[in-house]
Amino acid sequence: MYKRIIALLKKDILLELRQKHTFYGILLYIAATIFVLYLSIDKPDANIWNGLFWVILLFVCVNAVAKSFLQENKGRMLYFYSITSPVEFIISKMIYNILLMTMMSLLTLMLFSAFLTNPLNNFLLFTGIVLLGGSSISIVFTLMSAIAAKAQQNAALIAILGFPVILPQLLLLIRLSKTAFAEIFKQGAVMQLMALIIGLDILVIAMSVILFPYLWKE
Amino acid sequence: MQKNWWKILSFLLLVYTIVGGFLLDVPRLFILNETIRNLYFHVCMWFGMMILFSTSFVYSIKYLRGFNLRNDIYAHQYAAVGSFFGILGYATGTIWANYTWVTDQSQSLGNILREPKLIGAAIALLIYGAYFVLRGSFTDMDKKARVSAVYNIFAFAMLFPSIWIIPRLVGSLHPGSPGSESGNPALNFKDIDSRLRMVFYPAIIGWTLLGVWITTLRIRLQLIKDKTLLHD
Repeated sequence: MYKRIIALLKKDILLELRQKHTFYGILLYIAATIFVLYLSIDKPDANIWNGLFWVILLFVCVNAVAKSFLQENKGRMLYFYSITSPVEFIISKMIYNILLMTMMSLLTLMLFSAFLTNPLNNFLLFTGIVLLGGSSISIVFTLMSAIAAKAQQNAALIAILGFPVILPQLLLLIRLSKTAFAEIFKQGAVMQLMALIIGLDILVIAMSVILFPYLWKE
Repeated sequence: MQKNWWKILSFLLLVYTIVGGFLLDVPRLFILNETIRNLYFHVCMWFGMMILFSTSFVYSIKYLRGFNLRNDIYAHQYAAVGSFFGILGYATGTIWANYTWVTDQSQSLGNILREPKLIGAAIALLIYGAYFVLRGSFTDMDKKARVSAVYNIFAFAMLFPSIWIIPRLVGSLHPGSPGSESGNPALNFKDIDSRLRMVFYPAIIGWTLLGVWITTLRIRLQLIKDKTLLHD
C-alpha cells in the first residue's frame, strides 16, 4: 500500500516538474495579488493584515488544488482504476496537495511580510499556524476537487462547494492566528483551538477516505 | 386513518401551539417580556431542521448502499425542506435578536449578524445551498444522485462543527453561551419556566411533524414526475 502511494506521489511530483507552467502560474498568481494589495493599501493594521492573508491563502489553495483532479482525463483515470485502490489514490493526492500548499503558504507568507509590512509579534508561531492552516484547507479542497471533477463546470464549482465547507476551519484559523499578534488568550484556549482544527482535519480525512470510493467509480 | 394519525396530531398540536402560545401566561423577564413567545416558533424551526437534515443524511447513506434512485429523491426533498426550516429559524431569530439584544442606540442589523450563533447558522445554510447548486450542475441522473449523496454526507459532517461546536467556544448574547453555564449551545433546558414547557414541547413535535408532512407531499410529487425513471 505504502509503495503504491509513494509511486502515485512520485508521478504527481514528476508531472509538476515537467509541466512547470501550472506551478509558475500559481506563483505569478500569488505575486500579482499581493502586489495589487501592496499598491491599494499601505500598512494595514494587524486585523486587516490577518484577514487579507487568510483570504489570499484560500484563493491560492483553490487555484493550486483545483487542478489535482481536473488534469486527470478519463483514460488515465481508467488506468489508475485498474492499478490502485481509491483509498491509496485519494491519500496520495492529499499528501501531494499538502506538500504543494506548504510551499505555497510559506511563499505567500514571505511575500506578504515583505510587501505589506510585518505586524507579527511571534513570526515562528504564525508560520506554524500557516502551515497547519494551509494543509487543512488543501485537504478539504482535495475532496471538493474530486467532487467537482465529476460535474462538467468544475473550476467554478470548486469555489461554490468549498467555501461554505471551509468557513468553520477558516474562522478557527483566523481566531488562532491572533495569538501571534500578541492577543492574550484564556489559559488553554490556544491548545483547545489547535486541537479542534486538527480534529476537524482528521474528520475530513476520514470522510474523504470513506466517500471517495463512491466518487471513483464511473 | 391508521396511516394518517400523525397528520391529525400535527394539526392539533400546531393549533394548540398557536392558540396556547399567544394566550397562555408566560414569565415576563426584563427586556424579553412577551417576546419569549417566539421560543415556540424560533427554536422549533431548528429542531425541525436538524431532524430533517439527519433524515436526509440517512437516505443518502441508503442511496450509496443500494443505488436506488428513490432514496436520492427522499434525501433531496428532506434536505430542501430542512433548509427551508433553517431559513425560517434564521429569520425568526434575527428579528427577535434585533429587538431584544439592544446593546446601544446605534445598533444595526449588521452587528447582529456578526453573532457566532448566526454565523454558524448562516454557514450551515450556505453548505446546503451548495448542495442544491451541485445537484443542478449534472445532466446524468445516476451521476447526480451519487455525487450529491457523497456531498450530502460530507455536508452533514461539517454541519456539526459549524452549528454545534464553534458557537460553544465563543461568547454570545444567545442563551446557552459559555457564560451561562449550560452545555447546550442553543438553549438552557434547566432554565425554562414550566409554563413555557407546557407549550414548547408539544410545539417541537408539531412543527417537526409538519416538516415531515410537507416533505412527504414533495416526495410523492417528485416520484410521480420521475415515474418513468424508477422501474421497481
